[in-house]
Amino acid sequence: MTTTIETNTFKSEEYFINMGPQHPATHGVLRLLLTIDGEIIKNVEPDLGYIHRSIEKMCERDSYQQIVHLTDRMDYLSSHINNEAVCLTVENALGLEIPERVKVIRTILAELTRLASHQLWWGVMGMDVGALTTYFYGFRDRELINDIFEETCGARLTMNYNIPGGLMFDIHPNFVKRTKDFIAHFKTKLPEYDTLLTGNVIFQKRTQGVGILTKEDAISFGTTGPVARASGFSCDIRKHHPYSAYDRVQFNEAISTVGDTFTRYQMRIQEMWESISIIDQLIDNIPDGDFKVATNAVIKLPKGEFYQKVETARGELGVFIVSDGKKSPYRMKFRSPGFSNLSALKKMAVGSKLGDLVAIMATLDIVVPDIDR
Amino acid sequence: MNLPLSITKNIHDWLFELMSAPIAAVVEMVLIAVAFLGFFALAGLLLVYMERRIAAFFQLRLGPNRVGPQGLFQTIADALKLVSKELVVIDKADKFLYNLAPYFVIVASLMALSVLPFSQEFHAFDINIGVFFLLAVSSIGVIGILLGGWASNNKYALIGAMRSGLQTISYELSVGLSILTIVLLAGSLQISEIIAVQQKGGWFIIQGHIPAFIAFMIFMIAGTAETNRAPFDLVEAESELGAGFHTEYSGMKFAYFFLAEFINMFIIAAIGTILFFGGWLSPFGITESIPLLGVMWFMLKVLGLVFLMMWFRWTFPRLRVDQLLTLEWKYLLPINLFNIVFMAVIVWLGLTINF
Repeated sequence: MTTTIETNTFKSEEYFINMGPQHPATHGVLRLLLTIDGEIIKNVEPDLGYIHRSIEKMCERDSYQQIVHLTDRMDYLSSHINNEAVCLTVENALGLEIPERVKVIRTILAELTRLASHQLWWGVMGMDVGALTTYFYGFRDRELINDIFEETCGARLTMNYNIPGGLMFDIHPNFVKRTKDFIAHFKTKLPEYDTLLTGNVIFQKRTQGVGILTKEDAISFGTTGPVARASGFSCDIRKHHPYSAYDRVQFNEAISTVGDTFTRYQMRIQEMWESISIIDQLIDNIPDGDFKVATNAVIKLPKGEFYQKVETARGELGVFIVSDGKKSPYRMKFRSPGFSNLSALKKMAVGSKLGDLVAIMATLDIVVPDIDR
Repeated sequence: MNLPLSITKNIHDWLFELMSAPIAAVVEMVLIAVAFLGFFALAGLLLVYMERRIAAFFQLRLGPNRVGPQGLFQTIADALKLVSKELVVIDKADKFLYNLAPYFVIVASLMALSVLPFSQEFHAFDINIGVFFLLAVSSIGVIGILLGGWASNNKYALIGAMRSGLQTISYELSVGLSILTIVLLAGSLQISEIIAVQQKGGWFIIQGHIPAFIAFMIFMIAGTAETNRAPFDLVEAESELGAGFHTEYSGMKFAYFFLAEFINMFIIAAIGTILFFGGWLSPFGITESIPLLGVMWFMLKVLGLVFLMMWFRWTFPRLRVDQLLTLEWKYLLPINLFNIVFMAVIVWLGLTINF
């Protein structure tokens, strides 16, 4: 009898806590069901659906021009790229010949979007590991990109600049100059990111060897983007299935084989350098021409199934349209990068500490409306 | 002319003339306590303002600059807001301990404040175990944090309190041992005596050269950890635990925790000033003849060290809990023990630098 009492007295007890839906580290209304033993994580179950707006169902009622607007509200940090994905799908289905000018402008804006998204991620990454100052440095540079967007598209977050067939209107006369100014500015500021956070000993100790995802796991969970590339899975859509103007620019796919939190961090820093180089190559060579091709006021896709994938700041965004020849799709499906990346969280986080979970979540770079749609 | 001494002495004499000795003593104690309470509130508010302004300049912002000149009254406005806020009663909390916790924290920092020497003779409570007293009372504060986290009946608060327990207990050792290193040099625990030794032979950071500098570094690291500030702010790691141990506190009870954190920072900086930078002594003895200026020198040095701690906070990421313990038990503690022996040898062989 005494032995049972003793084991009960000294038994370590696992307990359950809710991380979210309202929690600073979940970046939105994501709920994590955590089972922890002291500080050690025994189990993580993401619980989704708190910001589900049934965007896919709403698409079945809207025209193709309207669908573009809904995609802004998915991954709001890569809204321009989301728009582009839908437009490309529709254009490919219609067999439209898109002017070179549109392709180049779309690519430049997509890379600016990627930069803005990574800047915000970098700020939040620092904040999640406890360095609050990074947030403001990230936002300082992101503001400049948003200003360019505001002048060109009229909006800072939900751009809606792409329409099926081209762009809504031509670029602002200041666009080229401001983009060049920004790139020149950001080239001097990006090394500051490294000195403030990357080189910090505490930050490296916090992230190196934490949340390791092997290449096999990265593939089997369907992760894409910087998360998968950090594990050695070459999956950059811009490289493997070039769209818009990516076939004419030289850039390297940021890739590593370590797969820990620090590598995922480095992938995004490298991607920022690559984005700068892509913009550098294109900004002086925007061809003249039309900014859109004429389409019917009511676009009707031919019967059939159409799929197009693009590389957003988080990974592969796939747009799948099943058309029955009417003005709205019969079924629309988005393959969002955040959802697949989040599915690998349990694999990475179990066995690590509570503080590690926050760092891992930060390098997954989740945007909850993208996961729930 | 010793102005602070003459003022306090005059008040003392006047009180004892006016009434009988026991009553006068009580009145005097109450007066001193009120003075310290006033200082506590004022210093706390000013430090909050300083922190916010400094954080803002680190972060490319301006910080509070609207209420009063340069936003100086912002924290007073915030304090008024906190006083007028509702004290939320937690349904399933342990009411007695929940309400008791803030007082532990604030009483601990107030008691530690009482032994600080602001200038020559301008010193409320100069006991012969001054440094020991400081160490003893400053460790009461953690009881308040543990109680607060436990009694709130909130799992996040509990995790914060657990972290606080292991953090403070671990780092108390380093603070104590680094102070002991300097006590070896001073040969006394009494604060006025420690400063008198420095008046004769130069500040301890110079007198004790290498071991004193090591002790100072360890003291600043461990002191930052003991005040639960970044990079050791695991207790209230907002990205992990929401607000940590004070998640369930609101209004004035929260303000007590908040003020105590800043006063603790002030106390750690003050101990550092007393032990390493000569307390109220002026550099090269330039204003030694005017003791009132000692207050200025003391505050300048303390604010310098406070700035250093704020600099840590707004630059470094947070440590993880196992790294926190590794740092203390595998690095700081062995270095510290070695350093004490080193200091003892230096003092024994008379290798100190004396001016």
